[in-house]
Parts: sequence; C-alpha cells; structure tokens
Amino acid sequence: MLLRSRRTGSVFDQAAPNANRILRSVTVILVACGAGLLLMSFASPQARHGDRARTRTEGLVAWQQVYSVLTSPRCINCHTATNYPQQGDDRHRHFATVIRGPEGKGVAGLNCASCHQETNADSTGVPGGHNWHLAPLSMRWQDLNDEPLSSVAVCRAITDQSKNHHLDGPGLLKHHEDEALVRWAWQPGRRPDGTMRTLPPLTHEEFVAATRRWVEAGTPCPPGR
Amino acid sequence: MATYELNVNGQRKQVNVDPTTPLLWVLREELKLTGTKYGCGISACGACTVHVAGIATRSCVVPVSLIGDRPIVTIEGIGNDPVGRAVQDAWVEKDVVQCGYCQSGQIMSAVALLKTTARPTDANIEQSLGGNLCRCGTYVRIREAIKRASGQLT
Amino acid sequence: MRATPKDETDMHVNRRSFLCASAAAAGGLLVSLYLDLSAAAPERNQAPPAKVYPPEAFVNIRPDGKIVITVNRLEVGQGAQTALPMILADELDADWSQVIAQLAPAGELYKDPLIGIQMIGGSCSIPNSFQQYRELGAKTRAMLIATAADRWGVPADQCRTKDSVVYGPGNRSARYAELAEDAARRPAPTVVQLKGASQFHLIGKPVRRLDSRAKCDGSQKFSLDLDLPGMLIALLARPPVFGGRVRGFDDREARNVSGVRDIFEIPLVTGSAVAVVADRFWAAKQARDRMKVDWDLSGIDHPDSLQLFAKYKEIAQMPGNIAVRLGDEHAIDHIPASDRIQAEYEFPYLAHAPMEPLNLTVRYDRDRAEAWAPSQIATWEQAAIAEVLGLRPEQVTFHVLAAGGSFGRRGTTDSHFVREAAAIAQRLPGTPVKLIYTREDDMKSGYYRPMFVHRVEVGIGPDGMPITWKHVIVGQSFVIGTGVIQEAILVKNGVDRLATEGTDDSPYTLPNMHLSVHHPKANVPTLSHRSVGYGHNSFVRETLVDELATRAKADPIAYRLKLLKPDAKKFRTSLTLLDQKSGWRHRLPRNHASGIACSEYNGTCVACAVEVSIENKRPRMHRATLAVDCGLAVNPLSIENQMQGGLVFGLTQLMANGAITLKDGHVEQGNFDRYAPPYMPDTPVSIDVHIVPSAEQPTGVGEPPVPVIAPAVVNALFRLTRKRYRSLPLTTV
Repeated sequence: MLLRSRRTGSVFDQAAPNANRILRSVTVILVACGAGLLLMSFASPQARHGDRARTRTEGLVAWQQVYSVLTSPRCINCHTATNYPQQGDDRHRHFATVIRGPEGKGVAGLNCASCHQETNADSTGVPGGHNWHLAPLSMRWQDLNDEPLSSVAVCRAITDQSKNHHLDGPGLLKHHEDEALVRWAWQPGRRPDGTMRTLPPLTHEEFVAATRRWVEAGTPCPPGR
Repeated sequence: MATYELNVNGQRKQVNVDPTTPLLWVLREELKLTGTKYGCGISACGACTVHVAGIATRSCVVPVSLIGDRPIVTIEGIGNDPVGRAVQDAWVEKDVVQCGYCQSGQIMSAVALLKTTARPTDANIEQSLGGNLCRCGTYVRIREAIKRASGQLT
Repeated sequence: MRATPKDETDMHVNRRSFLCASAAAAGGLLVSLYLDLSAAAPERNQAPPAKVYPPEAFVNIRPDGKIVITVNRLEVGQGAQTALPMILADELDADWSQVIAQLAPAGELYKDPLIGIQMIGGSCSIPNSFQQYRELGAKTRAMLIATAADRWGVPADQCRTKDSVVYGPGNRSARYAELAEDAARRPAPTVVQLKGASQFHLIGKPVRRLDSRAKCDGSQKFSLDLDLPGMLIALLARPPVFGGRVRGFDDREARNVSGVRDIFEIPLVTGSAVAVVADRFWAAKQARDRMKVDWDLSGIDHPDSLQLFAKYKEIAQMPGNIAVRLGDEHAIDHIPASDRIQAEYEFPYLAHAPMEPLNLTVRYDRDRAEAWAPSQIATWEQAAIAEVLGLRPEQVTFHVLAAGGSFGRRGTTDSHFVREAAAIAQRLPGTPVKLIYTREDDMKSGYYRPMFVHRVEVGIGPDGMPITWKHVIVGQSFVIGTGVIQEAILVKNGVDRLATEGTDDSPYTLPNMHLSVHHPKANVPTLSHRSVGYGHNSFVRETLVDELATRAKADPIAYRLKLLKPDAKKFRTSLTLLDQKSGWRHRLPRNHASGIACSEYNGTCVACAVEVSIENKRPRMHRATLAVDCGLAVNPLSIENQMQGGLVFGLTQLMANGAITLKDGHVEQGNFDRYAPPYMPDTPVSIDVHIVPSAEQPTGVGEPPVPVIAPAVVNALFRLTRKRYRSLPLTTV
C-alpha cells in the first residue's frame, strides 16, 4: 500500500473515513506488534537466539568469565593504555624500552617483528604469532597506572562498535574463536628459562563457550561505570 | 640436524644445523660472520641485530628454522647499501665507538630507522635506538652520527 | 718518592705516591719497579734503577711504510690503543695515516713502568706510559736521524723530520721505511730530547680513533670472535650459591645432544663446577640445559641482600677501624641538634655487565700452552694459567685481545676465569678450548662492586659551613686477606683505602673529621668496579654538601668553591669552568631543575651540572655539562668521549633495576631484563664537555666522570620533589 502524505498531514487523512478508520486500526496493530517486538528485544529480560533462552543474569555470569580471561596476563599484556607492552605474569613493562609505535607494531629498528616471529620460538623463549602487535589504544583494558580496568569499563569498551572495529556480538564471538593472536594465549610457548608460560584461567573452549553465552544474552554489561 | 639454504648478504649459503639454533650462531659459527655479536641471548640488548627482509631483527632469538627464504643482511654487508655506507661513514666521522662491541647492532638499527625516516627527530632516534644497549655510553655520539648520516643522505 | 701514608691523621698523602698507590689499588697489583713500596721506610732514599724499554719491542717500521706500534695496555674502549700510539708517533714525527696499533702480548717489557705489572686499572694508561711512549718515539726518531746522517755524512743536528721522512741539508731526504732496517741495528740512545709542547702535532689535538672503521664494518675481532681450527666451546654448569660443590651429576640427556664432546668436573677458586664441551656454542648450551647436577650447598653461607643491609646498618651504629681522625671527635656534642644532619645511605651490589661476556681460549700442549684473552692483568693471568698447568709463565704464550668493555670485571686478584679455562684445556690437550660465560653466567658469577652502608653525621657552624663530619662505612673489602702485595699499601689499621677514597681525601675544609670502617665478610665475591670507592663515597659527599648549600641558601657551585681547601686546585679549576659553561642552569623551564656534583679520581677532577625533569615518575635528563681538569689533554676528542661515556655508566645505579640482589644465596638477576643499565632514553640528550687548559702531567680519564652524575641528578631531583635520595637504586622518585 502506498501511502503518500500530503501537504496537510498524515497518511491517515487521504482515504475515505471508513477505509481510513480500518487503515488506522491496521496500522496501529502493525505498529503495536512492531513496538511489542521492539519492547521485547530491548526492555524484556529475555532474549532469544535459536531455541536457547539466556537471561541477563546468565549473560553477566558469562561476561565475568570472559573478563577473567581478558584481564589475565597472556591477554592484557598487549592491551595496555600506555606506549609500551607488558611481559610476564607480574605484567612488568617490556624490557629494552620497547614501545607501541604509531600502529602498535613498534618503530623502525625496534618492531615487534624484530623479535616476535609467526610462531613461538621455544628454543629461545620468545613468543610468536601471526602479525604480532599491540591492541589499539581503543582496546585498552588497563589504565595509565597499568591497573586493569573494571569489569563494566572493559565490557563497555569491548561492546562499543566505534572502538572495537565494528564487531557485533557474533563478530566478537568469531574474534574469540578464530583470531590467531587470541588463540596464541592458549599456546603461549616457553619462557627463556624453559618453563611453560601460564595459561588463562579458562580453556579456549570454555572461553568461547562463555563468550557465546554472553552474546546470546545480548552482551550485557554489569551496572555502574 | 637439518639443512637450510639462507640468503645472506646477497649470497646463497647452505648450512646443516640443529633447527633450534638461533640465526646469530649460524651466522657466527657456520658462516664465520662474526660481526654480529652475542650480548645477552634474550633480545634485550640489540648487539645481534641484522636485517631480515628489510626488518631489523634480533638474531639471537630467531631460530634458523623460522627464517625461510627471507633475505638476511649483516653488518658485513650493510656497507653495500648507500644508507649503510653513510651511517658507517658518519660513525667514523663522529668518533662514535669505544669498545665497539654493541656498534654493529647500533648501526643496523640506525640504518633501519633512516630507511623509513629520512630526517629523524631526536624523539625518533631515541625510540628506534632505545633498545640498543651500550655500556660504554656512546648514545650522545650515536645521536649526532645519525643526524649527520641523515644530512648526508638528504 | 715515598708511598706509604705517614699516619692515619695525615690526609695529605704525597701526590706521586698517591698516584702510584691508587693506580696500584684499582686492579690488585704488584710492586712498582721504581718504588719498592712494600719495603719502603722513610729514611731510605735510593733512586730506582732506570728501566730500559727497547724501541724495537714497541715500534716496527715496515718496508711498505706502515708503522706498527705495540700498545702495552688492553683496549676496553678507553682509547689507549689510539692515545699511546699518538704519543709515540708525535715524538717520532711519524705519518699518522700510516700508523697501525696492536696490543702487546703478556711480557716483561710490557709491564706498567711504575706499577710493574702488565695491566689496566686506576685509569693509569696515560699517566704511567705518557713519558715512556714519548721516549720510545724520541729514541726511534733519533736512531733514524743518526742512520740518515751517517749515510749522508752530515751532522745529525742538521737533519729534521716530518711525516715519516728525514730531511737533510741540500735537499736530501729518506723515508723512514728505507732507514728502518739499518736504524734497528743501532743501539738505542740512553738520553733523548723530548719535544716542547708547542711542537706537538698530534698530542693535544682531537685525533680520531684508529680502530673506528673496523668496529663499524664487522671486521674488528673480539675475544669471543676467535676461531681456531679444531676449537671447541665450553660452558660451565656453575653452583647456584658461591662456593657450592658438585656432589654428582647425571649427564645422560646432555650427552645425547649432537656435537657434545665431553663433560667433566673442574675445581673453581671456591667450590666446583661441571664443564660441558661441544663443537658449537648452541650444542654446549643445550647440553648444559639438560644437565642434572646435584649440588652440595652445605657449610657455606647463603647471603641475602635484605639481611645484609639490616646487618650493615646495625654495624654502622658503632665506629669501626679508624681511617681518619682529625681534630676533636667530640666537637659534635657542642652543636645543637637543629644544626646537625644525620644521614644513612645504602648502595647495592653492582654488576659490571660489559657488553661482551667473559670468555677466553686456551690450548694446552703439555710442555707449553697458548692463551688468547681480553685480560686486564695480562702478566698475572699468564702466571695463573701456568700455575694451573704446572708450567712456568714463559711457557705460556699469552695473546691479549681487544675486549668488549670491562669496567674492572676482567681483572680479578684470583684470576678465577683463566684458571677455569686452563683446567678445562688441561683435559683436552692439543685442542683450543674457548670458555664462554653466557650473559646469565656473567651476571651471576659475582665479583660485584660491594654493597655499602654509610652513616654520616655532620655538624654545621653558624656560618653554614660544616664543622664536624663523623662517618662510618660498612662494606666488604676485596683486598684484605688476598695476600697480594698491594694489600700492604692499601690496607692500614684494618681499613681498605678502596672503600674510603672520596671521603678520606675530601677536598673540603673539615676542621673535625672522624672516619671509620667495618669490613664484614659475606659469601659474595667482590671486585673493583669503574671508579671503585669514589662511586659511592662521592655520592655521599656531594649529596650532603648539597644539603649544606641548600641550608645556607647558597648557590651549589659557589658554596663548594668556598668550602674547598686552598690546595684543591683541580677541584677549583673544574668547578670554575663548570660555572662558566653552565649558565643555562639559571634559565631553566618550569618543572626543570639543575643539580651539581664534583669528584676526583686519581688526580683528575670532574665537575658536573645536569638538567632534570620528572616524566612518568622517573628522572628525565635533558642536558649535562662536564668540566674536567686532567692536566695536559693528550687527546681532547677521546677525553670528550670518555667523559660522556663515563657519565652514562655512572647512571647505572640510578636505574630502577640497577641492583644485584641475593635471596637465600641465589643472585636474583641474570640478564638485562632484571638488571637494566641505562638505554638511550635514560640518558641526557646532550652532554657537553669542557677541558681546563693545562700543561701539567696528564692524568687519566676513564673513571673520573663516573661518580659525578648520580649525586648531580638526585641533587636536581631534590629541587623538584624536596626529597633526598639516599638509598640506591632509585626505585621511586
């Protein structure tokens, strides 16, 4: 139905009064359904994905699990707010005055790639992965004092599409599942002293599953700032 | 043990070594190119810096098995490059060296900088050379030499 | 020329003997051939026998015109390999472009002419060989002239020389290369005329280093680069606590590494270790990583830095062995508490960490041996190898190779490193074995600058000048108990001078001074470290003087000039020159401050002004100005280089990770990730150096700049934070 508005007013004015009344009712019902659907997806505590319902509570629990991984050393060491990466379980500043550089890849003469290759070098203790570089500052999960940001702060940052390279929920899930540097965290290689680097608190499978539950819940963030 | 064919300073070289051997020790012991130095073994000092596919690379931590066919340039070969030659000349002109042990790495890092930034600022120099350790403390002269080389090249 | 200080109250040690004594001090050395220091008694007054240095052992003029000059010093970066040839070439009137330098092997003729050992240490290369190399050059020139004069039948005094050519009357000329063979057959003259300063064409000029190009194109060979046919590489599995012994080891996995040749135990100076020998470095390292060694760590002390500091601070409460007792030690009692400053200082162990880790090569051939080493004390180490191998020193050919830095590490009194290499070589006769310390081995191997605690109380007079200075120092001595001859020179009344220099020879007027020292023992080997005792003593002195100046509301340079003793000449000249050249400190931007400090080392004085701000909670250095009085400046370019470099070296103890610490006997730092010396961003962007013009005897410059920077920086920081920093390293600002 093509409804054209005239100079004088709404589409409801141009038809015959009876048709107009029907039209108005149908429109109202259609709008009401649409509004109802809308209300259900934003205001309702329930969301749907496939057949499995995820409550907001479930989603927040899942988020906390995701957060525990994001702020573990293997991940957070490259999500800094400063012009340097961190190293080690104690997350100290990376040695040799290594710095971020304009694209998070270091600077000429001291690139990430100067030492970090496409795979771990266990014989010398240097970790490696495809395109080794720092996460952009928009994806910082620490403050300028190298303290991890709060759960709500990280959640907001990670769900802000203007900051996260336009990843929506499914995009985030895929990132956690497939991205080489993310997967590296579970095969972080050996330190120079030969010992294995510690892993994040969940397995990769658990991490992906928690991410999925969080996304199914509509990527809720905890309250607060 | 495994055999690798490496491209070093424009020449093809075949070596038969343990795959985990860092490139540094392949260069020094198999190819007798001792200009690249061992200072720490954990990439913290830069004395082992070479160029791999044009990127300044700390050869003490890169196993030879990860090099592939990427071309390698060492301090022995960098003088064939106009930027390398200008840097070496500037180093001599400015009397930079003292013991000299770190200087191969300093020069290789400086060349990498000048190849991407023809007119580096003090901040550029400090960032790019900031990972090269010199216990003799020649940093001030390194800064001056880089600026001189930049001036000669541009 | 008496060397022994008269008594403990005399702070004005004879200048020359002071030079010898401190030159003797820094490396652990023997008797000078000129001064019989151990047997000296005040009433003896014999002139020492003249030492003869045959020119042919030092100068070789080749037929192609190249002039090879042999340098009796290890080159560690300090530039002796250029400066000594310069000195000789100047008197020789050699064509400098034809000069090549080489390092002398261990040998009688190459011993330091004053100290009697072939060594570097105490910044003595120039002061002790200046005259020697001048004479060598002059003698050689005289022999060349005499040869030409004979050929031409003309009087020698009608000949002159320039750029490797002798010119005679009537347009005659002959190149040195043509004359050299005949000249070498002539006896060397016993007396020669040296140039007047106005005739120098090299000395006093900024001459670039001879070894620069080779160090820029990869062709310079260091000890680690030595490659000999059949050479094997050895690494040591060392005990984790000093003095630990091998109880047993399991080498099955290690022997499975391809390229491993042998694995066996060797004794160490204390304790023992396991040598892993392979045909490549990487094989040796992998094999060593797979070794399972059962260490016996019983019966030895397991030192802990925190416990040691606590113990030292306790000991420092009581006076120790008296080093200086001047005036009235109870004068402090008459000074009100508000006019006293009490301060306690902590200095950690420091590692030398030269860029080239310890290494050397030895080949044992049963009735002789050959060694290649970057040795700071060549004749001692030659003798140590001989001792281990059951040979006489003359049976050991000892080549000295250029070193990638040292700062004192390659000159121990016990020659531990060469002994280890000899013990390994002995097991593999006929095979050259290169013993390498990895960076971890090097850093954990001990022989550190000792840790120190200083406890000072200064009483201030109504004019703001100090009246009394009471000072207790606590720290290990690496001389006491070694039995070497310089122990008698350095250690008096239980006080090792190497721990008190900088305080016991304070340039400031102090009517009352009481300095005493404790030398506790700790199971940590210690050693000279570039600038030795001045490194910590100057820090204490210059930060306290800064406090005094602040209280007196005086400019820090003006205050020092006022406080200096009348005869502190070089302090005065260097501070005055600094004042002239550091006008910038009165025109600093907001949030920047300047700091001043000065120090002496073996007759050279350096004064420093540094500009500091605080960035990211660390001191950021913008500019430093140094003024130095080193007598005649032999090579101003080299001096500038040493001043700049020494300043950077002196910053190590300000770095956040600038300390070696021990916990339960284990050294906690193994590499530059945990012991981080200054990188370029940690250092001043510019360092300008100014030399006081002087015609006096040249004094050394390798160590003098090191002690000034740390106190200058913290003095500047005080102006920004109002805090005094007395505990190093500087972890928080």
